[in-house]
Amino acid sequence: MTDVVMPQMGESIVEGTLTKWLKKPGDRVERDEPLFEISTDKVDTEIPSPVAGTLGEILVTEGTTVGINTVVARISDGGAVAAAPAAVEAPSSKPAAPPASVPASAPPLAAAPSSIEEPAGPLSPLVRKMARENNIDFARVKGTGAGGRITKQDVEAYLAQPSAAPIAPIAAPVSVPAAPPAFVPLPAAGQAKIRVEPLSAMRAKIAHHMVFSQATSAHVTTVHKVDITKVARMRERSKADFQSRYGMSLTYLPFVTRAAAEALRAFPLLNASIDGGSIIYHNEVNIGIAVALENGLIVPVIRNADEKNVVGLQRSIVDLSTRARSRQLKPDEVNGGTFSISNFGGFGSVIATPVINQPQVAILGVGAVEKTPVVIDDAIAIRSVCYLSLSFDHRLIDGALADQFTAKVKAVLEGWSEQVL
Amino acid sequence: MTRPACEVHDLGRTGYGEAFAMQRDLVERRKAGLIPDQLLLLEHPHTITLGRNGHIENLLASEEALRSAGIAFHETDRGGDITYHGPGQIVGYPIMDLKQWKRDVGAFVRGMEEVMISALSEFDIAAARVPGCTGVWVEGRKIGAIGVHLSRWVSSHGFALNVNPGMSYFEYIVPCGLQKPVTSMEQLGSKAETAAVRAALTLHFGKVFGCEMVQAVLETVI
Repeated sequence: MTDVVMPQMGESIVEGTLTKWLKKPGDRVERDEPLFEISTDKVDTEIPSPVAGTLGEILVTEGTTVGINTVVARISDGGAVAAAPAAVEAPSSKPAAPPASVPASAPPLAAAPSSIEEPAGPLSPLVRKMARENNIDFARVKGTGAGGRITKQDVEAYLAQPSAAPIAPIAAPVSVPAAPPAFVPLPAAGQAKIRVEPLSAMRAKIAHHMVFSQATSAHVTTVHKVDITKVARMRERSKADFQSRYGMSLTYLPFVTRAAAEALRAFPLLNASIDGGSIIYHNEVNIGIAVALENGLIVPVIRNADEKNVVGLQRSIVDLSTRARSRQLKPDEVNGGTFSISNFGGFGSVIATPVINQPQVAILGVGAVEKTPVVIDDAIAIRSVCYLSLSFDHRLIDGALADQFTAKVKAVLEGWSEQVL
Repeated sequence: MTRPACEVHDLGRTGYGEAFAMQRDLVERRKAGLIPDQLLLLEHPHTITLGRNGHIENLLASEEALRSAGIAFHETDRGGDITYHGPGQIVGYPIMDLKQWKRDVGAFVRGMEEVMISALSEFDIAAARVPGCTGVWVEGRKIGAIGVHLSRWVSSHGFALNVNPGMSYFEYIVPCGLQKPVTSMEQLGSKAETAAVRAALTLHFGKVFGCEMVQAVLETVI
């Protein structure tokens, strides 16, 4: 028997009200499973069971206020004691299945009628796959792993037996109500056809933002081909020097950002937003750079990007993307963008149609730079070429302006003349 | 030593159910150690919520009447009695692992009071605690409310500060089950905008709970 007590919730808390029992006497509880709820001043707390076992007596009824460390219930923990030695040996952190002699709770019901039963112990994905492919009934396989668990070797040994006849895949027991018609393939053993997982908060936010943007802006994308050879040569020349001097590599992105900043200065409507019936022109050129994260993305902002040279832009890009990935961005570093750039070329994409980052009105996508045969003055030359995709909001920007803007970005990149970075 | 991070989410107007689902998701991931502490800042549409151990008799209107007034009603699992949330009231939901702070629910509640009191002082409002009446008070009127849920020492729900809500909505309830009046920054003569108050709350939250407030990565995404 283990005593369950009113826990200590803090220095100033001397008592708590037991507000709700989540289990009844006689119920089986697992260690750390919520057992009861208590209420202290303005705080409700779920209290987990200290051990696995069966809830015996309840000593404090709902609605009663008692001091801390008062015994509120007792749990008989026979099951936990029996399972404990096995758990020590088991390589996994999960406790092993209780020995057969302990009257355990009923085995979990299969979600779908199936002739193939799931054993109590956990199975590795490999074992599941082998069983599925060979139509094996787990009940016939002797498990030799920890806690009677079925291992790969057990399945192999079973398959090696001459009597290991696979069960007919549609041999559903007649007792199963509403058995599916014979032509419907049965779900594979122990393997659900779907897996349900809630959207993470980040995913939900991205989903909302994407749909909101598509619903808000009249998206149009224009694509321009850019001969970026001059930049490529410059980058080639200064790469090693740049790395040793600044401790970071030099990419195409700061050149494109620089060119975009120039073009935004020339065409301020691309650096604007719509607010109800008004156009808001932003006097600062704050360029967001989309950074891919493991399960999402974020757009940190380079403030006053038009005032920075290529070195400064590269430094900002490296700094912001590093801190985005380590989740160390400050609030003002992801707000206030007036235009965005998405560098999907980094992942090998040649052309894409990016979604506008609201409330902005345009986003520039940069495709992968590739060496391409190009006709110049009726001769074939090998040049470094990439595609720039500009998605713009046709509510505010017409195609002619969008193309003038993109042509300006192209002209800056193609005519790159700064000899000093 | 660097201070632990607390990610701030400025969610804007968010439905009660949606915010509840988001909290539940974050609580699970906080318990699993996948994310640092979180602070959700938002405003709810007109909503009345009743704590698990609250008294329904403190709701002064029928659910029917609430519906026709455009007010949602939710029973929820936080501590505290009945309360009103709505536009103009900043709600803060910290998802914090208190095992890594002080392991003390009393100190946590006092900490949230401190955050609101310090933020209010930036707008020249002298708010204080009233012994035995959790929350934040100005001259006997309640301006900030608290209600928390804990599971394995990870918090959800939190605090609500009245900046400039429609005060008539409080007439549908006996706020927190107390026969005491409520007030707002606006009623006290402040013209503060909610954005400025949010910024003050964020700053003081970091000071009181000793954490580095960083923007959550879900904010600006494309």
